[in-house]
Amino acid sequence: MLRAALSLLGLSLAGVEAAEESTQEPGPPREPPPGLALFRWQWHEVEAPYLVALWILVASLAKIVFHLSRRVTSLVPESCLLILLGLVLGGIVLAVAKKAEYQLEPGTFFLFLLPPIVLDSGYFMPSRLFFDNLGAILTYAVVGTLWNAFTTGAALWGLQQAGLVAPRVQAGFLDFLLFGSLISAVDPVAVLAVFEEVHVNETLFIIVFGESLLNDAVTVVLYKVCSSFVEMGSDNVQATDYLKGIASLFVVSLGGAAVGFVFAFLLALTTRFTKRVRIIEPLLVFLLAYAAYLTAEMASLSAILAVTMCGLGCKKYVEANISRKSRTAVKYTMKTLASCAETIIFMLLGISAVDSSKWAWDSGLVLGTLVFILFFRALGVVLQTWVLNQMRLVPLDKIDQVVMSYGGLRGAVAFALVILLDRTKVPAKDYFVATTIVVVFFTVIVQGLTIKPLVKWLKVKRSEHHKPTLNQELHEHTFDHILAAVEDVVGHHGYHYWRDRWEQFDKKYLSQLLMRRSAYRIRDQIWDVYYRLNIRDAISFVDQGGHVLSSTGLTLPSMPSRNSMAETSVTNLLRESGSGACLDLQVIDTVRSGRDREDAVMHHLLCGSLYKPRRRYKASCSRHFISEDPQERQDKEIFQQNMKRRLESFKSTRHNNCLTKSKPRLRKTGRKKKDGVANAGTTAGEPPGDLGFQDTAAVVLTMASEEEEEEESDSSETEKEDDGGIIFVARATSEVLQEGRVSGAHEVCPSPRIIPPSPTCAEKQLPWKSGQGDQAVYVSSETTKIVPVDMQTGWSQSISSLESLASPPCTQAPTLSHLPPHPMAAEEPQAPPTLPSDSLPSFAFPPNLAKAGRSHSESSADTPQQQELQPLMGQEDRTHLSPGAAKPRWCVHFNKGGRL
Amino acid sequence: MGIRSSHAEAIPDVDTLRRETGFSQASLARLYQRFRALDKNKKGYLCRVDLQQIGALAVNPLGDRIIDSFFPEGSHIVDFPGFAKVLAHFRPVEEEDTRVRDVKEPEPLNSRMNKLRFVFQLYDLDRDGKISWDEMLQVLRLMVGVQVTEEQLESITDRTVQEADEDGDGAVSFLEFVKSLEKMNIEQKMSIRILK
Repeated sequence: MLRAALSLLGLSLAGVEAAEESTQEPGPPREPPPGLALFRWQWHEVEAPYLVALWILVASLAKIVFHLSRRVTSLVPESCLLILLGLVLGGIVLAVAKKAEYQLEPGTFFLFLLPPIVLDSGYFMPSRLFFDNLGAILTYAVVGTLWNAFTTGAALWGLQQAGLVAPRVQAGFLDFLLFGSLISAVDPVAVLAVFEEVHVNETLFIIVFGESLLNDAVTVVLYKVCSSFVEMGSDNVQATDYLKGIASLFVVSLGGAAVGFVFAFLLALTTRFTKRVRIIEPLLVFLLAYAAYLTAEMASLSAILAVTMCGLGCKKYVEANISRKSRTAVKYTMKTLASCAETIIFMLLGISAVDSSKWAWDSGLVLGTLVFILFFRALGVVLQTWVLNQMRLVPLDKIDQVVMSYGGLRGAVAFALVILLDRTKVPAKDYFVATTIVVVFFTVIVQGLTIKPLVKWLKVKRSEHHKPTLNQELHEHTFDHILAAVEDVVGHHGYHYWRDRWEQFDKKYLSQLLMRRSAYRIRDQIWDVYYRLNIRDAISFVDQGGHVLSSTGLTLPSMPSRNSMAETSVTNLLRESGSGACLDLQVIDTVRSGRDREDAVMHHLLCGSLYKPRRRYKASCSRHFISEDPQERQDKEIFQQNMKRRLESFKSTRHNNCLTKSKPRLRKTGRKKKDGVANAGTTAGEPPGDLGFQDTAAVVLTMASEEEEEEESDSSETEKEDDGGIIFVARATSEVLQEGRVSGAHEVCPSPRIIPPSPTCAEKQLPWKSGQGDQAVYVSSETTKIVPVDMQTGWSQSISSLESLASPPCTQAPTLSHLPPHPMAAEEPQAPPTLPSDSLPSFAFPPNLAKAGRSHSESSADTPQQQELQPLMGQEDRTHLSPGAAKPRWCVHFNKGGRL
Repeated sequence: MGIRSSHAEAIPDVDTLRRETGFSQASLARLYQRFRALDKNKKGYLCRVDLQQIGALAVNPLGDRIIDSFFPEGSHIVDFPGFAKVLAHFRPVEEEDTRVRDVKEPEPLNSRMNKLRFVFQLYDLDRDGKISWDEMLQVLRLMVGVQVTEEQLESITDRTVQEADEDGDGAVSFLEFVKSLEKMNIEQKMSIRILK
């Protein structure tokens, strides 16, 4: 690949490099080495990759320079600047080397430069928009391109017949047709480069851009058919050849699309099984897409179509399957490659234009072509739009048509195709090359420069970027379903009907097949939007340093601003009473919220400063797997437990305050036992006191084995945050949180896997909790659900047995006996991980609490209220939840967090 | 089956209906044909069962609600004018619809507001003019699918209601509903081309 690229980019190193070589490459090669050479200059060995790298570097530096001035880039599209830069560089090279070098070679272009751009555009194509406008796109791509090619070719031929083209241009009708076919196609690279900066409305954009991608099939077919006709000579072309030409249009386009879909399927299927080797996920995406391109190219199908369809088809499943980090990697790599390729293409275009040996000028031909492509493009657009508007729901108005006609930019594809012409078969090649260069330059520079003012002047509807809201997403789904239903009622099987069908098919079979189970479970657009909103809130929360916390509550950036915070809480209260969720828990929550808020700030401070170093450490440990070996794990463990203890001591001191406020409390000290249980997996004997999220987390860890180690394990504290813990946030209750803290304070968690989640969960949860009581309430109702009834009985049994064994069944004593370890933990943060404190057997499980079962957590702080609640909650528990369902649900939760 | 009888003349009171719904003669004729096809026993009206027979509606999560919307409060049958008026909500907005109208003239059925009101009524089951939290939850449950747990659904509901709820009463009123969709091209998204 490199070799090929090299041969294309830098064939010879005449001029500057040659001079350098001669001076810098002394002795060693020529005479036998006198001894060990201290210094050897081996330019030739690195020449090719070096040049490639240099070119890319130059292009990137140029981009930086362009963007130094906002004024320039806001007026002039980058593609224009790059072409101009290419012209300058080409001029320099020409002046120095006395011959043109580093031109855009068709081979490089088609094999290396084009695929990344097309993949990028296909992969990030808004598929819904694309399919909504598929009819128009296909019309413009197929009919429009055919129309352009034939009319331009025929008109040029007419021009020649009329004597306006110099007679030295030796071309027949077929030659002109060939030229027309290559010059008629709107170029995806150029369109993308210009339109991305113009920001026209999305319908217009998708139509022009979709056309430029899909017309490749037509261009390829026309080009091939015409060039083989030219080779055969016009006299030998039979009627069957025309038919074959038409048939090949279908073969090439449908075949290309089929190849793309096959590879999309393969790609989606492959990524389903990468959960243990996340690191190669991005690679797979690129490899298979590239394979699709090459396969289509090999079978002389439309490669652009193949890779577009591959990207379009696989995205949904791939995005669901691969990890969040891989998704980022794919996105950025794709964008980088595409922008790199685009830059090089435009620069090389500029450089290639300098080579005057390749082209021959004919004013008649050049001017004629320019006029014809503009005219016929406009005419074609108007005619097709008129037909399309008869069928379109939203007609394309005149302004749209102007932009579409004017946006028909030609680019590197045309140039590469014209370079590919065989001079012996097409004697007028040089003229065609010159004309193509002029056309490309004219469209990219002149039209590119003027399209922005034109769009402004015509007041074309611009694309409006608004953040997605849950309401919009929900209602949009509603609209879809309504429309599908109405089409059913009306008895017309239109677009909505088929889309509905497809979605059902996709949900039933395709997604099941192509998405891994965990991903499929959580794949839902509404949920997705919800998740993203949460992420955004969380990020902005963190960005603000956690200072969004005000005295009244948390303001979330993605929420519309409220009239007053007081109203919110009233709302919540009202809703609570209405929704049948446990109202009293809400009260508890409000009582505590102030304290929690402080905790939140503290927690953020600590976590933020403490966990960073560890992450760095981890990153260096392996390049194949992002998991750590036991030794490292242990180190981390120690570190983490220290940290943890510090945190907990912090919280527990705070918590103690509240303890003293509330009635003397009974401690469930059987906790540490629970850790073992939880670690072993979820067993029926798991105590109800384990409501604390530590256990939940542990359960998740063991059950949701799909989650990678690195995502689950302690270390990726901060990463995990963006990996999506926010969900917890909405769900975990303050009770749960408190519980976790209490327990954490009292014991030093012996299990490495259990500890980590707790700060994470807490941390994640905090931003949410304090601001929104309502959420906390749901959460709390969830808490109540989480321990199945039979487990409770198991727990109380085990507890009673323990009580009889280990500790006196005293209700008051535990509090006292337990306090000592507490301060100690606070005072000695450096203590080794396995503290004796947790081995202190202080089991105290008051009978009343044992009865209450799952409401332990609440009991820790607000015993009176708690006890009042118990009957209610007991009921709720039984009605809402089947015992078995509780845990899995939590798992789903956590999974979601990690995955989305 | 109704090819012969699908002439517009066969439709009772066709002119009034055209004025009210804005449908073209051809559309009305097509709808009438469909109406008669759905009307299995040639009763002259449709009842719920007739609409429930439509296969694809059964799998549509909103199918039942949409069927309900054909039947005004308390009634169990819908005649052709009623049928056409419901469908008139989905007529694309055309040039003449947007021209300045007489104030006294009622808004056409396919106006933005009426389209939105139609959707709103699908959410607002108890017809109290507000989408309560529970109603929102029910809709979300229909839309989101089985893979999202109840708890998650509830928090989504929370957020959805909060997002749209401006006066803080914990429910989404029609005005709030309209506001939450103000950036959307409802005219386009709630129209079906063939219903011109």
